[in-house]
Formats: sequence, structure tokens, C-alpha cells
Amino acid sequence: MPINYFSQEFDVVRDPNRCIKCRACERQCANEVHFYDPETDSMRADSLTCVDCQRCVSICPTRALKIVKTDNTFRENHNWSQQIMTEVYRQAESGGVLLSSMGNPKDYPVYWDKILINASQVTNPSIDPLREPMETKVFLGQKPEEIKFNVDGSINTKITPQVELNMPIMFSAMSYGSISKNAHESLARAATELGTCYNTGEGGLHKDFYQYGANTIVQVASGRFGIFKDYLEAGAAIEIKMGQGAKPGIGGHLPGIKIREDVSKTRMIPMGTDAISPAPHHDIYSIEDLRQLVFSLKEATNYEKPIIVKIAAVHNVAAIASGIARSGADIIAIDGYRGGTGAAPTRIRDNVGIPIELALASVDQRLRDEGIRNNVSVVVAGSIRSAADCVKAIALGADAVYIGTAALLALGCHLCRSCHSGKCNWGIATQRPDLVKRLNPEIGYKRLVNLVKAWNHEIMEMMGGMGINSVEALRGNRLMLRGIGLNEKELSILGISHAGE
Amino acid sequence: MLLKEGQTRIPSGCAISGFISRDGKSLNGHDIVKSISYMHDRSNGLGGGFAGYGIYPEYKDLYAFHVFYDSNTAREETERFLDKHFDVVNLSRIPTRKHPNIKNEPLIWRYFVTPLKTKLEASQIDEKEFVAKSVIKINNTIDGSYVFSSGKNMGVFKAVGYPEDVGEFYRLEEYEGYCWTAHGRYPTNTPGWWGGAHPFSLLDYTIVHNGEISSYDANRRFIEMFEYKCNLLTDTEVITYIFDYLNRKQKLSLEDIASIIAAPFWSEIDKMPSDKKEKLRYLRNVFSSLLITGPFSIILGYDGGIMALNDRLKLRSMVVAEKDDMTYIASEECAIRAICPDVDKIWSPRGGEPVIVTLNEKGKAKCL
Repeated sequence: MPINYFSQEFDVVRDPNRCIKCRACERQCANEVHFYDPETDSMRADSLTCVDCQRCVSICPTRALKIVKTDNTFRENHNWSQQIMTEVYRQAESGGVLLSSMGNPKDYPVYWDKILINASQVTNPSIDPLREPMETKVFLGQKPEEIKFNVDGSINTKITPQVELNMPIMFSAMSYGSISKNAHESLARAATELGTCYNTGEGGLHKDFYQYGANTIVQVASGRFGIFKDYLEAGAAIEIKMGQGAKPGIGGHLPGIKIREDVSKTRMIPMGTDAISPAPHHDIYSIEDLRQLVFSLKEATNYEKPIIVKIAAVHNVAAIASGIARSGADIIAIDGYRGGTGAAPTRIRDNVGIPIELALASVDQRLRDEGIRNNVSVVVAGSIRSAADCVKAIALGADAVYIGTAALLALGCHLCRSCHSGKCNWGIATQRPDLVKRLNPEIGYKRLVNLVKAWNHEIMEMMGGMGINSVEALRGNRLMLRGIGLNEKELSILGISHAGE
Repeated sequence: MLLKEGQTRIPSGCAISGFISRDGKSLNGHDIVKSISYMHDRSNGLGGGFAGYGIYPEYKDLYAFHVFYDSNTAREETERFLDKHFDVVNLSRIPTRKHPNIKNEPLIWRYFVTPLKTKLEASQIDEKEFVAKSVIKINNTIDGSYVFSSGKNMGVFKAVGYPEDVGEFYRLEEYEGYCWTAHGRYPTNTPGWWGGAHPFSLLDYTIVHNGEISSYDANRRFIEMFEYKCNLLTDTEVITYIFDYLNRKQKLSLEDIASIIAAPFWSEIDKMPSDKKEKLRYLRNVFSSLLITGPFSIILGYDGGIMALNDRLKLRSMVVAEKDDMTYIASEECAIRAICPDVDKIWSPRGGEPVIVTLNEKGKAKCL
């Protein structure tokens, strides 16, 4: 056996007094950590391949298992941490780029947690959403600059296509391929029941899901997978994916192993071939090219679909957004550096891009400074973790938010960040039929509905506390926010005062 | 140090009152002072003010600028600006009387002006826009100078103090107009600045407002896209700009504006007949950032009319009464009964339901 330069990250701890040797953990672990040792008549584990997905812990009937962070340590070094050393060993062994999944887990500031929300006292009343109407309906899309009147003096109410949402929360783009069919079905059905939208990601739309078209955003990405007339016409809106928060500046790579029959048909590529999305769109090298794609898609769909342009939050995001707002796009989606992914080079995920809070604040302010905020709606993504994050995002200026990671958590994901292995024990980020069937869409969609309904109710409670009874009066209402523990520069970018001011 | 109005946001509760004669009868300013004085307890002496319409018939085609100056330097600078852009037909100090309860008054001047034709043509904007921009420019750029009234044949009079004292200070009994509004202020902080008293006005629009809107910053940040600058950080200021934007610039009717700022709930809109539903959906969608939430009752005064509106939950009191050609609006019934004990009809308009009263043909012929 070759020497392992690095150690396991976790230890599998089994209480022998509780274990009944039912071997469920063994059957459930796609990483093959658990095995039965007939010689000792006991269950054993090889911790090295454990990713701490918590599947075995969750299904163990006698609660005999726990996964703990290993206490095996390299000699402590504040500069060369165990993780950095391990990564060097891995690369010395493989010669490859390190891969990771889900959002940037590093200890960067989370601005949501440094923002506090206001409430009414005395001078105006708070409103109880259980007793009074409380509205969360949102329309996404361009608004006309000037009202036009008909010859009889009535208002001409013709308007460019809009997306109507019952609540300001949508499901982020996650492609069929990166996640399973059952995960997609759960998202599609939940979006339909909630009156919001989910997003196909760049993997095309499975033929079974065209029925949920009114609640679907179809994506056009640099690989152009699965795009044809029916697909473009199926959704409530079309999203051009220019970038992704988890990996700004690079494309995507779905390994051939995940391109099985259905995925191959949906993506319109041969089975078993790698699906490679180029880093840029090769017909978009500048903003004027983007405008052409926006209008090509509008032409192709008879100007009946709003066009979303999704970008990663990068340093000059405000200027880019301003260009997009003048490109004919109806909606801008901005994805922060904490945004999830099914696979990204670790160095890019952990070091490229900026926080969505700062990106949103500067984009919203820039569009207002230029007087074009009403030309586009702004949707933000990249780690919206709770209803409080939604409220803060809207008050900073967002029309709506996308949630991806939170939606996957609702389906069982435990953020083991190993999606790229394709061995998701929760049946989410995998195409292995034996694993996919573990996610029951009947249960999955209900859990998603529960989550978003609960968040929406919390949004209403917080709005009511502020004396606001419709979500549009919260949008951009930065006076309702205060920073805590932020410096002057951060406050000025966020456009908020400090607590106590 | 205590921050001034405009440097910090000061919520306030208030009293409002107003009335109009549809026939355009000349009504003495004394009545409006009496009416608002009955709601003394709704103010705390930190701001009172009035707006009168039809009060300058001899100059009715000229814009009447009322200006507060902190110093003669500010006045001289402003007058240089006015001379450069306007034909100043008349200027004088606004007559006041010494009042024991009104102190620290600034210099208060009045100018009757009309834009210089050459300047107006060169600007490529219409006359009202030219005047509005000039007012905003003076208020933003000339330190110690504040234009607080800028319409034709109308004027705002305001000060720090109880409204009845403010009315005596400005000798309102010497003015007559077809429509008057009044405001008594109860701010939760001490601004001590005359410009911060209400009504707030731009051109002929004046607003008196009672409430504290929770949508303030959403409204402010939207309206500031259209070259308005909310310097005072007050609800009244932003509401005035919203009316100016929607009525003067977007040419929407006051009824339509009411359905934007105090929009019906979606559940109500969904039940409406299809053409009405389509229109309201459109207006709420397009101007969603101008929905005003939180408690308010407002009286909008404008050339030839008056409009009263409550927030859509009716979180502030407001009553309306009629007597012959007169319509009265006030926070409390007592303020109406004080000047018209025997009304024909009195009612509380529902939340979001505008009451709009305009001069009739006879009134228009006389006053406009």
C-alpha cells in the first residue's frame, strides 16, 4: 500500500454497545467507508474516504454513529495550516487542479451578519401579518420610463414581459446533470405550488418538466446545451448565464460519467462525453455582443419572454451591471462569491469574486445614480441563508433573491461539498440510479414548499415589525438597516448608517 | 451636537386642516388659523405653517418665491442668481408682526418673478421645470438660503412655533384666498429650523402631512433618480416630489396617483373588472417604488384644487365635511366644527380613498 501523506479529515466513531450490525451504513455509503468484518463480527470503517455527509448518522436506527473532526494533527503552524499542507500533498500526487464543490467556505466576513433590521416603536404602528394584509408579490422586468396614453386619454397599459412572483424568493440555477432528476422535479413542483420560479441551469429541460414551464426560468449558457425553440419558449423567462459566483471567469465541466441516457438527451450531447461550457460565450466578447444575444433571444421568442443576464459579483460589478441595464436585458441576476457549485477549481472558488452584499449595494446605487434602476430588476444570489438575509437583501435594493444551497439543504444536503465526486449519498448531486432514488420528489417538493413558505412568513413578520405592509416599500429602503461592527468604508459602500446613529 | 433637519431624519406626528370654496370665494386667513388652533395638543410648538391659494390675484401670472435667509450674504447671492435667470417684478420682506412665542426668525423675503425668456429657451425645458430646477438649485447650492414657496398666486407661510402663533406672526388675517391648508407639527426631535416646518411645497403643490411613513427611504431613493434632492429627509418633502413627478411629469390624474401611493391590495385588485384591474396592476407594477406604507393623512393643495388621502390601512385619523360650496378636511372633527359648526355632511374617508375637490366653473373663472 502506498504511503498516504495526508490523514483522514474525520473519524467515524461507532458505539459498539449500540451498533446492531444491521449494515445499513454500509449499504448507504457510496464512499464505501463502512464494512462488515466477519472475523470480529463487527462493523468497521475506513475514515479516509469519509466526507462527513452525515447520511450514515441520519439513517442509523440505533444512533450508534457520529462523525467527528479528527484530532490527528500535523505539527501546528499558523502559516502552513493542515489544510494547505494536505492540498500540497494532493497536488504532488495528482498533478491536477484541486476541485471543490458548493460555496466558498473560508472565513471571510459575512456582511448579512453585520447588518441589523429596524422596527416601529410609538411614532408609527407595527403591523401584524396575521391580522392585516401583508403583500409579497413581485414583478420582475423593465418598467417604462414614461406613461403613454391612448387617444381617448386612458393609460396605455402595454408593458414589456414581466415575471410575476408570489414571493421574492426563487430557486437558483442548478442544471439537470449536476443535480438529479428527482432534485429537479422537487424544485419544479415546489416552484409551481409556491407561485415562484426555479431555474434549469445550463443543462436543458427534461421532457417531463415542460409542464412546469410557467414556473421555470430556462438558462442559456456558454455551452448552449439543450437549447432549441421549444426550450426557449417553455419558460417564464430566459436567463443568459455570463458568470457564476462560485467560479467567476471560468466555464463548467460536467464529466462524461454523469452524462447518462436522459442527461445526454436533455443536453443534446452524446452519452459519456464530457460537457464542457467554455469560460466566455464565444459570441460575446463585449457588451455590444451581449446586446445582440439579448435581442436574438427576444426575436426568437417573439418578445414574449423577459431576459435575465446573470453575472458573478466581481470587482467592477457596478459598471458591468450598468452596461447590462442598457443592453436590453430585463433583469440582472448577481451571484456572490459564496454561491454554490457542483464543481469548481478550489483556488477560484476560494479567491475570486466579492461578497454579494457589497456587490448588490454598489450595483443598486450605481443604477440609481444613473437613473436607470427602473430599467431592470435586480435579483441576487450567492448565499441567502435565511429570511433575514432576504429582508436585508431587499432593503439594500434587490427585487428578489435566488436560493440554491438553502434549497438543497431542504432536500437533505449536509454540505459535505463533494458534489464533484458524483457520489451524493442524498440523491441530489448524482446520476447513479441507486442514489438518485433515495430522494423522493414527493417528499422533496413538500420540504421545499415548507421552507419557502416559512421564510415568506418570516419576511412578512419582519416587514410588519417595520410598519411595512408590502414588499416593494422595503425594496431599497436602506434606512431600515444599520451596520454593526463595520468600518466607515464598508458602511459607505452598503449605504447604511451604523447602529446607534 | 443636535443635528439639524436634513442632517438626520426626524419622525413626527401632526395635525392638519384645510378647506376650499368651490365657487372661488375669498376666504380670510383668520379661519384656517382658528381651525388648526383647536388641535393645539397635536402639535408641540416645533413647527406650524399654512398655504393659501388665490392670495396674490394682482400677481397671478408670476411665480411667488418665499425665501428664508440666514444672512444678508445669502440674500445677496440668491438675488444675484434670481437676477440672472428671472425677471424680478417685485421684491419685499414678507410682513410679519413681533410675537412673544416666535423667536429667532430668519430674514423672510418674497419675490414675484418670471423666467427670463432667453434663459428659458436656452434651457430647452418647459417653464415649470425651469422654475422647479431653479428652486432646487438655490436650496442645494446657496448656503443659508431656502426657497419655501414657489407657485403662482399662492404662498406658504411657516415657522417654528405653534401654528396659531405662526398665523398671527405672518398676519394671515390680511390675506384672502379660495383655499387654505394648515399644519401643526409634533416632531420627535428638536430641529429648530424654519425650513423644516410644513407645508412643504414645490411650484403650486403643497403638502401637509400627518404620519410617519415606513417606506420613506424606498420612496426617496426612487424619486431622487429624477433630479429631485431630498434635503430635509422628511416624509412631506418626498411626498411632494412624488406628486410633482407623477402629476406634472408623468401627467397622471390625482385618482391614479392615489392608486399608486395608497394602492389597493392585490387581493382587491384581483376582484375588479378587467379594464380597471389591468390599469391598477400596471400602475402598481410600474411605480411600485412609490407605494407609501405606514400611517399618513395628507392634504395636497394645488392650483385650483385640494386632495385628501389616507394610507391604505387608515392608520391616521382624517375627517371630511361639506357645507354648501365648501369642503373641509381635518385630522379631527373639532377643527372643522370650530369654523363651520353646522355642516351638511361629515364623514371619514376610507384608507386609500382620495377626496378630490376642485373649483367649479364659476370658481375657475374667478380664480384661475
